Amino acid sequence: MSIATQSSRTRQSRKMRTQLGYLLLHAVMILIGLAFLIPLAWVASTSLKTSGEVFIMPVEWIPKHPRWSNYAEVFSRLPFAQFILNSLYVTVMGTIGSVLSATTVAFGLSRLRWPGRDFLFTILLATLMLPGVVTLIPVFIIFKNINWIGTFLPLWVPAWFGFAFYIFLMRQFMLTLPLELDEAARMDGASNFRILWQVIVPLCGPAMATVTIFSFLYHYNDFLGPLIYISKNEMFTLPLGLLWFQGRFGNFWHLVMAASMVTITPVLLLFFAAQRYFVQGNQFTGLAGR
Amino acid sequence: MATTTTSSAMRAVAPPRRGMSAARRRDLRDGLLLTSPFIIGVLFLWVGPMIYSLFLLMQDWDLITPPKFIGLGNFVRLWNDPLVAKSLGNTAYYTFIGVPLQLIVAFGLALLLNQNVRGLSIYRTVYYLPYITPAVAFAVVWIQILNPEFGVLNNLLAIVGIHPIKWLFDPTWAKPAFILMSLWLVGFQMIIFLAGLQGVPKELHEAAAIDGANTWRRFWNVTMPIMSPVIFFNLVIGIIGSFQIFTGSFIITKGGPQDSTLFMVLYIYRNAFEYFKMGYAVTLSWLLFLIIMIFTAIQFFFANRWVYYEGKV
Repeated sequence: MSIATQSSRTRQSRKMRTQLGYLLLHAVMILIGLAFLIPLAWVASTSLKTSGEVFIMPVEWIPKHPRWSNYAEVFSRLPFAQFILNSLYVTVMGTIGSVLSATTVAFGLSRLRWPGRDFLFTILLATLMLPGVVTLIPVFIIFKNINWIGTFLPLWVPAWFGFAFYIFLMRQFMLTLPLELDEAARMDGASNFRILWQVIVPLCGPAMATVTIFSFLYHYNDFLGPLIYISKNEMFTLPLGLLWFQGRFGNFWHLVMAASMVTITPVLLLFFAAQRYFVQGNQFTGLAGR
Repeated sequence: MATTTTSSAMRAVAPPRRGMSAARRRDLRDGLLLTSPFIIGVLFLWVGPMIYSLFLLMQDWDLITPPKFIGLGNFVRLWNDPLVAKSLGNTAYYTFIGVPLQLIVAFGLALLLNQNVRGLSIYRTVYYLPYITPAVAFAVVWIQILNPEFGVLNNLLAIVGIHPIKWLFDPTWAKPAFILMSLWLVGFQMIIFLAGLQGVPKELHEAAAIDGANTWRRFWNVTMPIMSPVIFFNLVIGIIGSFQIFTGSFIITKGGPQDSTLFMVLYIYRNAFEYFKMGYAVTLSWLLFLIIMIFTAIQFFFANRWVYYEGKV
């Protein structure tokens, strides 16, 4: 009897302790969250201020009279609509290539058994780790020799040959699909290509979505590529356009932040629309450590 | 046409014999065909350029006049260039202080997210968010955040009574500022850690708890060994990436003040695309390449001392 009450009392106090712990945990996580949100909150808030309000201390996080006209001003000072189009073009072309190449190459590396396959996979893992800086200049000179400088081609054509990271991701995913699928289709006389397009591809939706997102981010955020290959202003992608804007109007903090917001917004939309694929993709890669 | 060449090439390698069935030959042909984009890509974007850059090591070339053979000239120049040591030092500082801090923060966040809390996906989203912002926008925003007078960071620090720091205008504070910024971008590493933590078998924790191990001991003796391959992965990838930092210093400080944020890739970029010294820039990039490879090799060499792989006794 006394033992029973004692144990119920300890259980109660333990329950209170865990609840307190929970509260503390949330408090910590919210504080960290606020810290992570500072840059974004700063962009959003500053982009809606007047040039005077920007410098009021302490910071007013929510402007009293949001000035949406800052955005119109950004578009009128530099051709941001054109930058958006350029960015979209490069991003879409690069992403189509990334997904197509990753899918076909990964199929060859995971669902077919042939001599040399494992060697090729080793090379793939090696290029995953090689620092890209060593090819920066020779690749630039090669593109110069075939007159690709000043065109969008160097920005998206390489993606059509397959990026090691995306191929790796697709391969890891394809390895989880049962081989019986292929065998059954093969019994019915399907060729490898038919198996790829009609059996495997329809099952690879999540992995293809993940590659699409990573490739979108890569091409959209790419800075060094456009910096060395694009020189004409009307061909600038958004990152270059934003840098140009910062260089010319850097003193107008509110306008620079409005321009930054224009650059960030498409990525944010994509992120919130397809969040689970971001996390999923990273989890596939997590396997690389194993 | 392409098919016939491949199949005849294949026959040269592996003559049709009894062991190789039609199905296996077909798989070889299709395997090569399907992976050919990557094979071509590796040849033209990796192997070819790397061999070509070996040739450039001994040239003086401004891209306009024909390249001039100068033997070991670029190496002599590299040896005598004070900015090489400077930029290497800056890069090492940023990497060897930054990466451990990034991993600690990422791991800590992953541990927090691994506590079965409500609203987990919201926290995860928020911590991940800065990682996806375009690097240029991120840089432009931080120029303002780190402004000594009107920046929000000094503003917040003032609340805790810390005097304004000059951050990007002070040679001693500029690199710490870059490390600080990099801590906002740990979302990727965090998710990889989180995936690893979710793979730690619950039974092991339970068994250890029954044996009387407290939370702390369970963390060191159960979680850490199982997480060690993931830590290793993040460490290797983190160091490779960190050695190649570029965008931030190019946009925010342009290498200043007093070359305190002149990182290696920025210096390579300048030599190639501002001073048009292609040969010298290639020499510098080979130096960086070798340094990165050496540090990667060192990590792999010491890996079996602390990285634990399941199923390996």
